[in-house]
Amino acid sequence: MDAEQTRAVLATMWRIRAFEERVGQLKRADEVHGLIHLSIGQEGVAAAVCGQLRTDDAVYSGHRAHGHALAKGAPMTRALAELMGRRDGLCRGMGGSMHLVDVEHGFLGATGVVGGNIPLALGTALALHAAGRDAVAVVFFGDGAVQAGLFAESVNLAALWRLPVLLVCENNGFAEFSPRSAHTPVERVRDVVAPYGLVGGTVDGNDVDAVWAAVAGLLPAVRAGEGPALLECLTHRLRGHYEGDPDRYREAVSSAEWRERDPIARLQRAATGDGRLDPDELPGFERTARDQVERAVLAARESPFPDAALAASLAYRR
Amino acid sequence: MSTHETTYIGAVMEAIDLEMARDERVLLLGQSVGGRPDDPFVQRYGENRVRVTPISETAEIGMAVGAALAGMRPVVDATMAEFLLVAMDQVVNEGNRFHHMSGGRVRVPMVLKAGYGFTAGWAGQHTGSIYGMFMGVPGLKVALPSTPADAKGLMASAIRDDNPVLFLHHYLLTLDRGEVPDGEHLVPFGQAVIRRPGADVTLVATGWTVPMALAAAATLAADGIEAEVIDPRTIAPLDTATVLASVRRTGRLVLVDQATRHASVSAVLAAEVAEAGFDALRAPIVQVTGLDAGIAYSRPMEEHVLPDEAKVVAAVRRVVEYSGTRV
Repeated sequence: MDAEQTRAVLATMWRIRAFEERVGQLKRADEVHGLIHLSIGQEGVAAAVCGQLRTDDAVYSGHRAHGHALAKGAPMTRALAELMGRRDGLCRGMGGSMHLVDVEHGFLGATGVVGGNIPLALGTALALHAAGRDAVAVVFFGDGAVQAGLFAESVNLAALWRLPVLLVCENNGFAEFSPRSAHTPVERVRDVVAPYGLVGGTVDGNDVDAVWAAVAGLLPAVRAGEGPALLECLTHRLRGHYEGDPDRYREAVSSAEWRERDPIARLQRAATGDGRLDPDELPGFERTARDQVERAVLAARESPFPDAALAASLAYRR
Repeated sequence: MSTHETTYIGAVMEAIDLEMARDERVLLLGQSVGGRPDDPFVQRYGENRVRVTPISETAEIGMAVGAALAGMRPVVDATMAEFLLVAMDQVVNEGNRFHHMSGGRVRVPMVLKAGYGFTAGWAGQHTGSIYGMFMGVPGLKVALPSTPADAKGLMASAIRDDNPVLFLHHYLLTLDRGEVPDGEHLVPFGQAVIRRPGADVTLVATGWTVPMALAAAATLAADGIEAEVIDPRTIAPLDTATVLASVRRTGRLVLVDQATRHASVSAVLAAEVAEAGFDALRAPIVQVTGLDAGIAYSRPMEEHVLPDEAKVVAAVRRVVEYSGTRV
C-alpha cells in the first residue's frame, strides 16, 4: 500500500472499530435491539479487501457484517439507524444487524445463516458474467462455514463454471463457540479447496499490508474471468461470538498480546516505521472516526421508528 | 383466442421457452436441463443461459437467489419437490426473505419448478404432496396448476413475478392433454377459478384432485346434487374470497387435498371459512385428505392413504344429508 492507500484503509479500520465499540455500548444500554456480532480485531480484512473493490462489485457478508458493509461504503448513520431499528436505517428497520443491505454501494447483503451467503455470491457472479460485465462478486465468511456442505458444493461450481468470485475466509480460529480443531482435522482452509485448483492462499489477516497485497495479486485474474479465488485470512475476534457471550471457551488475550496482534496498531507501527505516515497524523484517524460515530448516534436517535404496518406490507414485492 | 392441444408438461416448457425468448434475463438451471449441445433449449438460448448443474441443490438454488439479486430471472428445475428439502435454507430462508429484510430495497424474481405427488409405486420419499410446508412461508409464492392451460399461464406469470415462486406440477398429470392458448398466456396469481358451478355444495381441490372432484361432481349430479368445484390454482397467495363467496351460496364445504391433513391447503381453508363464514354454513366442513401417514409402496396401501373419487362422493353425501347431529 502506498501512503494514500494506507490512509484510506486506516481510516476505514478506525471507522469500523469506533462504530463497533459504540454499538457494543448501545447494545448494553438497550438502544440497539437484538442479536449483535462484532468484528473488533478483524477490521483489516474488510478494509483491505473492500478498499480495492469498485462500487459495482458485489459484496456478501454473514452475521458479522458491520465492518464489510461500512468498508464497502454503507453510510454509517444509516447502518447505525438500522441497528437501532429506525425508519432511516439501511433496511428501514426490517433487517437489523445480521441483514444489512446497501445496493447503492454494492453491498448486496448479509445473511444470518452460516454459509448461506456463499452460493448467493456465485449466483451474482454468474449474473455479472452473463451480462458481460467485468465486475466481481466477493463473499466474506468464517472458517465455521467451511465445514458446511454448501461450501463444497459452491467451490465445486465456482471452479467448474470459472465464476468471477473471490471467496474471503476470515479464519478467526473459532466456529461459534468451538476451536477449529474441534470441528475439522484440516487446519488450513486453502487445503480444503486445493483439489479444485482455486488460486489464492493464506495470509495473516491482521497484517493489513499482506492482505492488501494478496488481494491485489488475485483480483485482476478474477476480474478477467480466469476463475474464482480463495483468500484465507488468519485473524482474531477480540469479542465473543455475540455481544453478551460469556466467552468461557477460550482464553482471553493479554493486553500486551493484543497490542501485538491488533491490526490497527500493527498498521500504524508499520506505516510510521517505513515513513508512509507521519506519527503526528495518527491521532487524527481515531478522532475523526469517533466524532463521526457520535454524529451518527445523534442522527440515528432522531430517526423515528418505522410504521408497524410496513412489516406486513413488504411480505411480497408488488 | 386460438388454441392448440398439448400435454400438461409440454405446456410448462412452452411457457419457459416463450419467456426465455421474450426476456434474455431468464436463465434455466437444473440437474436435468441442457447438458448436451443438441438440447433444444441450449440450441435456442445458449450454454450461458441453459446450464446443467451437479447434484448440489443448495448451491444450485442459492445461485439462483444470487443471480436474481443481480437482476436475472432464473428458473431452477429442481426435478422433484422432495429434492427441495435438501436445500431448505435456500428455499425458505434466503431468497424469500431478502425483499422483506432489506426493507423492500431488493427483489428476488426466481422460479423453483418441481414435480410432486407421484403416487405410482414410488413409495415414501418421492411421492409427497409437501406444499403445506411451503404455503405459509412469508415471501414465497406457490402455484399448483391442474390443467395444461393453467400450467402454461401460471409458469409465465411465475417467471414475470418479482418474488420467488415455487411452481409445483403434479406428476400424475404430466401427460394429460388439453387445449392451451397460443402465444402469450398469463394466469394471475391469487385468483381461484370455478371449474364447475353448482348450488348445493362447494368442493375445493388442487392439482390431481381437481379432475377427481369434477368426476365426483358428475356422479353426484346424476343424483340431483350440484357441486361447485373451485380450483385455487395458487395456494400462496390463496384466494379465500372466492371460496367464501361460494360457501355463502351453497352453505356446505367439502375440501379435497392429496396432502397429509395437518399440512394441507384444506386445513387452512377450513380454518378461514370456519372463522369468516360460520353463519353461512348449514353443515360441518368436511375434509377429504391424505392420511397423516407416509405413502406406502404396495398399491392397496397407497390407495388407502390417498383421497379418491368414492371418498369425495361419500363426504358430499354426508354433508348434504346432514341433519344436525355429527357429520
